[in-house]
Amino acid sequence: MTLSQQIVTIALCAAGTMLTRFLPFLIFSSKKPTPKYVQYLGKALPAAIFGMLVVYCLKNVNVFAGSHGLPELISIVIVIALHLWKRQMLLSVAGGTVCYMLLVQFVF
Amino acid sequence: MKGHKEKKSAAALKAAFPQTIPILAGFLFLGITYGIYMNASGFSFIYPMIMSLVIFGGSLEFVAVQMLLSVFAPLQTLLMSVMIQARHLFYGIAMLDKFKGTGWKKPYLIFGMCDESFSINCSAKIPEGVDKGWFMLWVTALNQLYWFSGATIGGLLGSLITFNTEGLDFVMTAMFVVIFLDQWLKERRHYTALIGVSVSAACLLIFGADSFMVPTMACILCLLTVFRKPIAKSLEEGSDDPK
Repeated sequence: MTLSQQIVTIALCAAGTMLTRFLPFLIFSSKKPTPKYVQYLGKALPAAIFGMLVVYCLKNVNVFAGSHGLPELISIVIVIALHLWKRQMLLSVAGGTVCYMLLVQFVF
Repeated sequence: MKGHKEKKSAAALKAAFPQTIPILAGFLFLGITYGIYMNASGFSFIYPMIMSLVIFGGSLEFVAVQMLLSVFAPLQTLLMSVMIQARHLFYGIAMLDKFKGTGWKKPYLIFGMCDESFSINCSAKIPEGVDKGWFMLWVTALNQLYWFSGATIGGLLGSLITFNTEGLDFVMTAMFVVIFLDQWLKERRHYTALIGVSVSAACLLIFGADSFMVPTMACILCLLTVFRKPIAKSLEEGSDDPK
């Protein structure tokens, strides 16, 4: 690839990203009232998206081979337990991550 | 007037920074990994530096390395980018209301809306008296600063970094689990959370890790549309959260 082809490639990646980020705001301008259906989606989507993102993070875990996803499962249980106990985001995240690092480096 | 404005942004920064600490850890680590990866693929640190600024979307930037190493294919590049980033369409729909009235900050808030900035801005309880627009601006800008710094450091230092960081990337998973759990605890009924998890998991099993996101989004939209009545009712019943 020549330098100008590289620049175009990077620019197209940026353009594709921006298209997906700006499109909803371009279609539903803040001047006109947003359709009821889209308002409903705006309220209903976040919980579904957060669930989707958790699965997205775990997409490369193979439960049928290797460590069978056990380090991930154990660490997520730790995260949930810590969070239900103290409700401190940083503590839950740090505790789960340290647990995961110890598991993949020393146990599995 | 200027003093007042400075106070407003400083108060928002103070409220925003603690929310971004998990991302500081995650993005520095992932950014460095990305920079090292580009370095090892034969690119100067200028590449990860610029790409972290203009694209600012982790997964696509990793894929872009492969694109840069293969034959020039502009149409395919654009289509791939839209497909990989399609989930941002959902973020925009969810943030239509929240970004209203943020004035000059709005274009940047949309530009910098990666998974992590969206999740914090969508779920964080912004303290009383803190300006919403400034808070979200700081969250977005800090996150991009972390990613940019990581990518540039990784590109510069390349393979010099050798300490064992295996597993540190779990910090992002842990953060999304916490945000999901917080959302779960806020709701009385969990229709949409359950739809999100089960549809994604089913599509992952059927379509595989590389191509499950677009079918996932389509199925989520279908289910939310078909079950609009009960879901809308459960949303109106509201949450236990006194807001």
